[in-house]
Parts: sequence; C-alpha cells; structure tokens
Amino acid sequence: MHDLKMKYKGKKMAPAINAFHTFLFTPNETTHSGAHVRAADDLKRTMNTVIMALLPVLLFSMFNAGYQHFSAINGFPENFSVMEHFLTWDNFWIGVVKVLPLLAVSYGVGLLVEFIFAVIKGHEVEEGYLVTGILVPLIVPIDTPLWMLAVAVVFGVVIGKEVFGGTGMNILNPALTIRAFLFFAYPTWMSGDKVWVHEARERSEQILAGATDVDAISGETILGFLAQNKGAEMSYTVSDMFYGFIPGSVGETPTLLILLGGLFLIFSKIASWRIMLSAVLGSLFMGLVFNGVVDQGWITETSKFYGLMSFDFWKHLLVGGLAFGIVYMATDPVTGAQTNRGKWVYGFLIGFLSVMIRVFNPAYPEGVFLAILLMNVFAPTIDHYVVRGNIKRRMKRLENAVILPKDTDGKTAELKAETV
Amino acid sequence: MSKDIRIKKGLNINLVGVAEQTISKAVLSNVYAINLSDFHGLTPKMLVKQGAEVKAGQPLFYNKNIEDMLFVSPVSGELIEIERGARRRILTIKILADKEQSQVEHPSLDASGASAAQVKAHLLKGGCWPFIKQRPYDVIADPNTTPKAIFVSGYVTAPLAADLDFVLQGKEKELQAAITALTKLTPGKVHVSVGKSGNSPLASLNGVELHKISGPHPAGLVGTQINKIDPINKGELVWTVTPQDLVIIGELLLTGKFNPERIVALAGSSIKAPKYYKTKIGTEIATFLYASGVNGENFRVINGDVLTGAKSSQDGHLGFYNNTVTAIPEGDDYDFFGWNKPIFNKISATRAMTFSWLTPNKKFDLNTNTNGEHRAFVVTGQYEEVFPFDIYPMQLLKACMVKDLDEMEQLGLYEVIPEDFSLTEFICISKQPHQQIIREGLDLLQKEIG
Repeated sequence: MHDLKMKYKGKKMAPAINAFHTFLFTPNETTHSGAHVRAADDLKRTMNTVIMALLPVLLFSMFNAGYQHFSAINGFPENFSVMEHFLTWDNFWIGVVKVLPLLAVSYGVGLLVEFIFAVIKGHEVEEGYLVTGILVPLIVPIDTPLWMLAVAVVFGVVIGKEVFGGTGMNILNPALTIRAFLFFAYPTWMSGDKVWVHEARERSEQILAGATDVDAISGETILGFLAQNKGAEMSYTVSDMFYGFIPGSVGETPTLLILLGGLFLIFSKIASWRIMLSAVLGSLFMGLVFNGVVDQGWITETSKFYGLMSFDFWKHLLVGGLAFGIVYMATDPVTGAQTNRGKWVYGFLIGFLSVMIRVFNPAYPEGVFLAILLMNVFAPTIDHYVVRGNIKRRMKRLENAVILPKDTDGKTAELKAETV
Repeated sequence: MSKDIRIKKGLNINLVGVAEQTISKAVLSNVYAINLSDFHGLTPKMLVKQGAEVKAGQPLFYNKNIEDMLFVSPVSGELIEIERGARRRILTIKILADKEQSQVEHPSLDASGASAAQVKAHLLKGGCWPFIKQRPYDVIADPNTTPKAIFVSGYVTAPLAADLDFVLQGKEKELQAAITALTKLTPGKVHVSVGKSGNSPLASLNGVELHKISGPHPAGLVGTQINKIDPINKGELVWTVTPQDLVIIGELLLTGKFNPERIVALAGSSIKAPKYYKTKIGTEIATFLYASGVNGENFRVINGDVLTGAKSSQDGHLGFYNNTVTAIPEGDDYDFFGWNKPIFNKISATRAMTFSWLTPNKKFDLNTNTNGEHRAFVVTGQYEEVFPFDIYPMQLLKACMVKDLDEMEQLGLYEVIPEDFSLTEFICISKQPHQQIIREGLDLLQKEIG
C-alpha cells in the first residue's frame, strides 16, 4: 500500500489512492512548520466518533423496520416484550433487506461522487461524507426506492457540498439537502400514511390494481395522526415514543438511543452541548406557547391545528425527527453557528422553528429538516453579529489608545553619529 | 504591589524529559553561528568581511532599514563563513572562536540617571537592542519609536521550557539594572509577571508593575498576559523582552561587556539525562547534546520548545533568543488504523476514544507525527477552549487566509504573534498551520499598513 501511494504520487489518481491509504494508515507525515508536536485527534477520528454515536440508532432502526412491518400486518403484540417481539431475526431480516441497501447506496454513490471530485480537482478526499453517508438512510422513509436515493445523494453532494468547495466549505448540511431534495422532488414517496412501514405502499398499489389476496396496512406517524386531529385513535404510549417503537423515518424514532448518542458526543467534546441544549429549550418554549394558546381557548377543537397544538409540549421531543435532528444534524459544525454565543441563538431557533413548522405545515407535519436548513442559511448572519460585538469592544478600546509619536528629531541623528 | 491574574482556558502539555535542575558547563564550541532566520524581516548589511578577525561584542552587521541597529559577535575569532541562500540572502554567519577571547569594552551606564536616548544608544552600540521585540508584527523593536508599555514574562508554562525561576537565580543585580533601563524607554509601565507559586528573583525588582500569574499554558506566554493586562490597540506599540535576555542587557549596562552567556535547558524524550547547561548564544548544539546522551538516531532537535521552536539539527547552533533545546523522536512512521483505535499514549483535547483526560498529570512521549492530514476547518469551538484571548481565533485565521486586511485589523491581529496560536495549532483537528498563517497575515499587514 505504501508503495502504491509512492507510485501514484503526483499523478491524477493520487487522491483516490491516498484516500484508501489514509483509511488504513495514519500517514507518516511529520510537522514542518509551527508546533512540532500535535494532538492525537484528526478529522477521521472526529467523524468516526459521530458514526459510533449513530451505530446503536442504526441497529435499532433495522429491528424497528421489521417490528413495524409485522405489527402493521398482525397487529401490535399484547404484553410487548423486547426480546420476544422486537429483537427477533424476522425483524432484523427486514432491516437487512431494507435498511442496509439504503446504507450501501448512500455510501457507494456519495463516496463515488467525492472521489470523482477529488480526482478532478486534485484535492484529498475529505472525511465529511462518512457521517453524511450514515445519516442519509436514517432520515428517509423505509421504502424509498434506491434509484431515488441515488439521485438525491448525487444532488446533495454536488449541489450541497462540492460546488462550495467540499467538506468544510458548504453552507447547507448535505444530509438534509438530500432529504429536502427527496421531499420536494418525490413528495408522494415522502409523506402520507403509506410510506413509513415496509410494504404499506406496495400493498395499497396492489389493492388499487385489484388484488384481493393482500390486506392493506398503514402506519401513520404520531405527528400524522395529530395533524389530522386523530390523536385519540393513536395507540402509542409515551414509553413507545421514548424507546422508539413507533413508525417514522428509518432511524429517527429511538429517542433513548439518540439521547445516549448525544450524551456521548457531548462527553467526547465532538458536538456542541450549547446547540443541543438550546435547541431543546427552543422546542420546549414553542411547545409551551402552543399549549398555552390551547389552554386559553383561542383555538377550538375544530381547528385543523388543534391536534398538534394541544400535544403536550415535551412530547414534541419524543416524536418525529426532532431529537435526531438536534443531536446529529443541528450540531454539524460546518453549517452551524461557529461562535459560542451564536450557537445558543442558532440552537434555540432550530428548536423553536422546528415545532412551529411542524404545527403549521399543511402538507407534512414535520419541520426539523426545514428548520435546520433555514438556520444553516442564517448561521453566518448570527455569527456576523456575534463577531461584530467583539469588534465593537475592540473599537471602543481604541478610543483610549496610547499612540506615541515616532521621534525623528535631532536625537536619532545624534545617535547615528555615535554608533556608526 | 502585585496583581493576580488567573488564566482558565488552556492546556498543559506534559512531556517526558523535563530538564533536571542541575547546571553543567558545556564544552566550548569551536564555531559559533548567528542564524539570520532568528530575526524575522531583517535585511542585514555586513560590516565585516569574510576572513576578518572580530572581537566579542564587535558589530558584524546592521539592519539596512534602521542603521543604528547593530548585531554583534558573541565571541572573538575569525569570520569563516557567510552562508548565503537564494538571491544571495544571508542565512548564517559563522565564527571560528579564538582560544584566547578578547572583548569590545564599552563604558558602563547607570541607567537610573540616564535619558531614554542614552539608554537606547548604549543598548544599540552594545548589541543588546535586538533582544527587545515589538508587537504588533513580532519583529525587533524600532529604536525610533516609543512603546506604550514593556512586558516581561517570568512565568513559564510551555512544555519542557527552561524554568526561569531556576536559571535566573543570583542574577538580581543584572535584572534590576536592565529593568531600570527599560523604564526609561517608555512613559508607560514595565509589566513583569511571575508565577503565583514560584520564587522568581523577578518578584523583588523595583520600578515594575508586578503580576502574579496562574493557570495552564498559554498563561506563561507574554501575549496572553498583554491581552489580560493592557491589550494592544491599532497604532499602539508594545515591547517585550525575555528575562534571560534581560540578564545580558543588565550585564552590558553594569560592565560594558556583551556577554552572551546563557543557561540552556536541554530537554525532551530523546535525551537520556535532560538537564541545564551553561553555554553561549550561537554555540554548536552538539557541544552539550551528546554530553547528556541521546536515545536512538531518528530524532529532531528543536531550538526552543516543542510548540514554538525552530527546527534545527544535531549539528545546528543555539538560536539568538532560545534558552531551551528540545529533542524528540521523529514520527515518520505509519500507524495502522491509527484513526479509529483508542489512544492512550498521546495528548488530545477531546475525549473521542482518546484517554489523555483520564491522566492529566501523566507525562507523554510525543513525536513529530501530525497524527492526521491537513484538512479544511471543520470543527468549531475547540480553539476557544485553549485560547484565553478576547479574540475569535478561527475567524482571525480565516481572515488571514483570505488576506482581508480590514477583518484582520478588526479581529485583533495586532494583538497576537505566531506563538500565541501555537496551542490552537497543537490541538487543531484539521492540522492547519496556524502559526504560519498568522505570520503571513502579520507580514501582509505590516507591508500594507506598516
């Protein structure tokens, strides 16, 4: 491998070869300017830490894919037990055939685009896509066709990232760009009550076509129920929501595992606790406002917003993609606010807007990805004002500056005569 | 009267190979060298020709732009070589030392009764002026200017750097003479800092504003202290001198002789018996390097500490401003799956499967490996953890990279020099060359604004 790296040095394909090499080995580069020693962390380790925080969620999602599928067919089991009804091979197999291909396509297509751009532009393959690649399958509906995902990934990586110059330069979170592309390009595949459970859509199409040997299944998300003011028909308990045994995008449901992942990221100092905390606060605040509006009687039960607005404010964090978005997407350091103060504002507004869009969006009762994308756009503005504050302090100090004149009078001439 | 300053942000880098506090005398060097890269931005004009005999303290060259600024020979001997690089730029000046040393003698000067002009003239003539550095730009001070204040940091937090409390013992007289002279050069204060729990001889000096500093690196860097005590504004000048150079300045004032003697810490994990050596500026590092014994062949010799020093070699010479020589192993080796396995033997500012946070007092044996490749800035908020300035470090670095002069000014480039970014460079996940970026930014700012 080392020989191969040397052989291709300076050639067109070098970035591709180096990418494989650097995947296997930390390079033998030594410091040549500035500090002679460096800390142990590099970008790969950082990205890898995020992936580690995502793996439990991925595993859970594979089981949940099967659990939702079979529950929709056979009804939810009474006396639910995790070992008997959830962690079964049948459930896992659905995950293997449905979730793993999504993951493979996401990584395969995304990394291919990254490699092509690296070779064309002659820069190294940067590690940004390692996290994007695992995020993408977790935020799409389970039955998303693979070709559709591939198209979206190409769009997301090229338009969301490479046109800005690659990892570290992008304005929008690439994973969310991919999600937004899917949402706007193929809305019927991304919303409604037929997309969240494996086979639901397929079966309804067969029934439409006249098939009589299949039963229709559906799996409406909790937010979907609420948006139609059908909250009462919902059979999910709070613990279902917290543990994640509910329908939804592939990996967004397990709030507990997301919480643990978030704590791990905070502990390892990889993700910003400021963003996470303020986003939670922001969503709770918005939820409280809506609850208050309902309590005041300003909104009646006939209003189409009643279901979502009366939903207990803290439960917003348990359902939909809010927790997932806050922990893994809002904390993306490249597209988020970069100053510590800015992070508070940025996070708070993400939580705030997520719940607001979720309640008022007529087409689709979810707003996390839109809120984060919106705040991605505004993050530089927030930072700008934070940094201006620093500059203003400096300018204020400047008023008291002690600027002493240069002495260019006879004294120096005298000195010159003495010294030379 | 002293003021306490506590720095909270930062990171101590504990390394193997701290110099033991005993002083040995290094053998005399045959050849002494002045390395011109120690003087950033200087255009030298030679005063003596190759082959000439010079005395110790005799001017060798001067600054083309400020002709009073003389650079003198550390020893007497024959100027054997003027090594030149591209476009005949002078790189190194080498002097073969005489067996019998002879010295240029100046009259002594009692600074307490002298004027600023007299002090300046004395230091310029005696060759001690280059010890006075100026901020902004991190260059030798212009003697035609007057700083708003002068700062001396006697607190050391840099990894493996010489302990000033130890090496300054018994130099009170010289230090006081030099400080008295410095007080003449500024209408403002002369700020001297010492460690809060140390026993520095600097603490008993008269005529200074004493500050007691505590906290992790970079609390000992003079830039950090300036930022906390009296930050630099646009148009202002601040001078800094290191305490070891004060000793040489003091000796020139008291005796009239330029005596480039230094107590140097030889440290680092590649040294078998790290300790202090008494030697002179420009001496061959080999004269004391092997006396302590070295581990292995493949190590790097650094003029200075591991964060800010200049790369040297086993046949290199002691730098003009250095009182530390560090030797650490080169890290030019591959590490299989080095990016995802848990790391116990390297320092890290995160806890991403790196465990240096478990053992804050453990001493690490770091090598020169970058532990990763150069990448774009990605992670945010980490520099701020170790950067105690009221400055946004990443924004300033980016302003320097895109050469935005307005932003550079507004974000506080006047207040920093490259060494202030050494710690952010150390922890940088994207392995960006912070010190180089800041240096280039300062050069640009100086060229455009002056």
